[in-house]
Amino acid sequence: MLLRQNILTALRGLLSNKLRSGLTILGIVIGVAAVVALMAIGNGATSDITDRIQSSGTNLLNIQAGRSSRPTAGQPPQQTFLTYKDYQILSQNLTEVSGIAPAFSSNYTITAGINTDSVSVSGVTESYLSVRLYEIKEGRNISERDNLKSQQVAILGSSTAETFFGTESALDQKIKIDDKTFTVIGVLKSKGSSGFTNEDDLIWIPLETGYDKLFGANAIRNGERVLSGISVSAVNAESVESVSSQVTFVMRRAHEIGLDEEDDFRVTNQAAMLETLSSVTSTLTAFLGAVAALSLLVGGIGIMNITLVSVSERTREIGLRKAVGARKEHILFQFLIETVTLAVTGGLIGILSGIAIALIVTTLGLVTARITLSSILLSFFFSLAVGVFFGLYPAYRASNLHPMEALRSE
Amino acid sequence: MTEAMIRAEGLTKIFNVGSEEIRALDDVSFSIQHGESLAIMGPSGSGKSTLMSIIGCLDVANAGTYELDGEKVEQLSDARLADIRGRKIGFVFQQFNLLARTSALENVMLPLTYTNLSGKQIKERAMAALKTVGLAERVKHTPSELSGGQQQRVAIARAIVNQPAILIADEPTGALDSKTGIEIMQLFQDLHQKNGQTVIMVTHDLFVARHTNRVIILSDGKIKADEFNQHVIKAGTDRSQIEEYRI
Repeated sequence: MLLRQNILTALRGLLSNKLRSGLTILGIVIGVAAVVALMAIGNGATSDITDRIQSSGTNLLNIQAGRSSRPTAGQPPQQTFLTYKDYQILSQNLTEVSGIAPAFSSNYTITAGINTDSVSVSGVTESYLSVRLYEIKEGRNISERDNLKSQQVAILGSSTAETFFGTESALDQKIKIDDKTFTVIGVLKSKGSSGFTNEDDLIWIPLETGYDKLFGANAIRNGERVLSGISVSAVNAESVESVSSQVTFVMRRAHEIGLDEEDDFRVTNQAAMLETLSSVTSTLTAFLGAVAALSLLVGGIGIMNITLVSVSERTREIGLRKAVGARKEHILFQFLIETVTLAVTGGLIGILSGIAIALIVTTLGLVTARITLSSILLSFFFSLAVGVFFGLYPAYRASNLHPMEALRSE
Repeated sequence: MTEAMIRAEGLTKIFNVGSEEIRALDDVSFSIQHGESLAIMGPSGSGKSTLMSIIGCLDVANAGTYELDGEKVEQLSDARLADIRGRKIGFVFQQFNLLARTSALENVMLPLTYTNLSGKQIKERAMAALKTVGLAERVKHTPSELSGGQQQRVAIARAIVNQPAILIADEPTGALDSKTGIEIMQLFQDLHQKNGQTVIMVTHDLFVARHTNRVIILSDGKIKADEFNQHVIKAGTDRSQIEEYRI
C-alpha cells in the first residue's frame, strides 16, 4: 500500500511540475541517450572494420621493407628494400602457401578521354588477383603472357572505372598512364569501401611492363628491381603463423642479417591486425561509453540538487507525515522513490532517444549502428543507481527533520 | 474518573536561540483523564504550542516526565514515538496541512498508509471518517476545490481515521470565519460526546476555550490557572450572544 502510494505521489509531483521535472531529468536523458547511441555506433564501426579486414582475407600476410624500430639518434635512417629476387627466393622456399604475389605501386596521373586523376598504379603478376581476394567483374585477369611480352594492358578497380568511364563499359578503352597508352582488359568487382581507404580505386598493370616502360629508375636500387610489397596467402588460417616464421627465416638468410641484427623487413598478417584493431575499437567504444557515463553523473547531481530544494519546500508535508505516524524510514523511502522515479523516467526516455539517434545515423548511411542489449541494460541500471545514490542524501536530510520544527516552517 | 491517561510531572523545555536560553516550559505538572475535553490557553510565547507538541509526542521535554497510558515517553525511540502518534493521537492544525493536488480521500488515507492495514481496509475507514465529518460527497475533491471549512473537515477526518484516543487541535478555527468556526467546534463537541475521544485544544481565544470542560492557562511557561468550566458553551451559540466574548 505504502509503496503504491509513494510511487503515485512521486508521479503526481513529477507531472504537476512538468518543466522542472523535465529539466531535472534532462541530464539523465542526455547521458543515457549518449551511452546507448555511442555504444551502438562504436559497435557498428567495429564490425564494419572487422568485416572489411575479413574481406581482404585473414590468411593473408604482407611483407614490406623497413625496420620496425626507430633509427638510432644521430644516424641517418638506413633505407631498406624488398627486391624481385626476394620474391623469387620466397616462392621457391615457402611451404603451406597457396599463392604469392609481388607488387610495385606508385601514384600516377591518369588521363582517359577528358578526365584526369591521380590513381595508385600497381605492377602485379597474375596471382595477385587470387591472393588479394579480388574478383573480375568483366574482362580478364593479367596473364603470364602479358608479363612476358610487357603488354601495355591494365585492370581497373570498380570505382576507378566509374570515375573515368561512368556507366559506360571500360573494357577495351584506352587510358594514358604518364602519357603511355594502356588498353583496359578487365574491371574488378567492388570490395565495398566503408573504411579508411578505398580498395576499389586502383589500376593494375603487368609487373614486367611497369619495370620496362613506366616505373623507370624508381623501381631500381643498386641494380636490383625493387618491390613495394609481397603478398603471401597461407593455405588456411592455422598456417598463417608458420608461414610468417618461414618468411622471416628465408628473408633473414636472403638479406644476410646477423644474429644480433634486427629484420630489415616487416611481416604483417591480417589476423593479427584484426586482433589489434578490434582491441583498439573496443577500447574506444568503452571510452566513449565512459565519457557518456560522466554526463549521467552530472545528471545525478542535478537530481540531487532539485530533490534538496524539494525537501526544503515540502518541510511542512514531511512534518505532517511524521505527525500522523510516519517513521524516519518511511520518509527516507518516499524521497528515494521520488528520485528513483525521476532517474528511471529519464533513463527510459534516454534509451528511446539513444535508439532513435542510432537508427537515424544508420539511415543516413554513416555507420551501421548496432544497438546492444547490454548497453541498454547498463544505462538503465546505471540511471537507477544514480537515482538511489543521489537521492540518499536529500532523503536522509528529510527523514531527520524534527517533526515539530518541520510543521512550523513556513 | 478512571486512571489518568496523561500524567505530566515537572515538564521543562528549554530552547537555545543563539546564546539566549528560552524556557518555553518551566516545571509544568498536570494530568488528563480519559474522555476529557480541555483547552490550553495563553498568549503567544506562553509555551502552549510547546506543551501541545510534547503531549502529542512530537517533541520530548528536557526535564520532567511525561506518561501516556503508563508509558514514559522520554525513554522511547523515534520509531516508537512515530508509532504512538500514528495509533493514539490525531492532529488538527490551524492551516489544515492537507497535501496539495491530493484528493480528500487520499489525504484522509495518509495516516493509515503507515500501518499494516490492507488497501481495502484503509479506503473503507477513510470513507467512514469522511462520512463522520459530513464530506462523503466530496471524497474526490482536492484541497484547492474545497472551502476552508471543508478543508478543515478533511483534516479532522484525517485526525480521526486511526481512531485515536486523543485529538489535539492547534487553533483549529484560527483560519476560519466565525460561522465556519462554530461548525468546526460543533464537530469537536460531537466527536468528544459521541466517540468519547479526549479533545485537547490549543487556542488563545477564550470563546473557543469555553467550549471545553476544562481550561489550562499558561503564562511564561508556567501554569497560571487550571480550572473546570462552570458554563460550557454549547456549539452553535454565536459569539455575539454572550456579553463577555463580544469583540
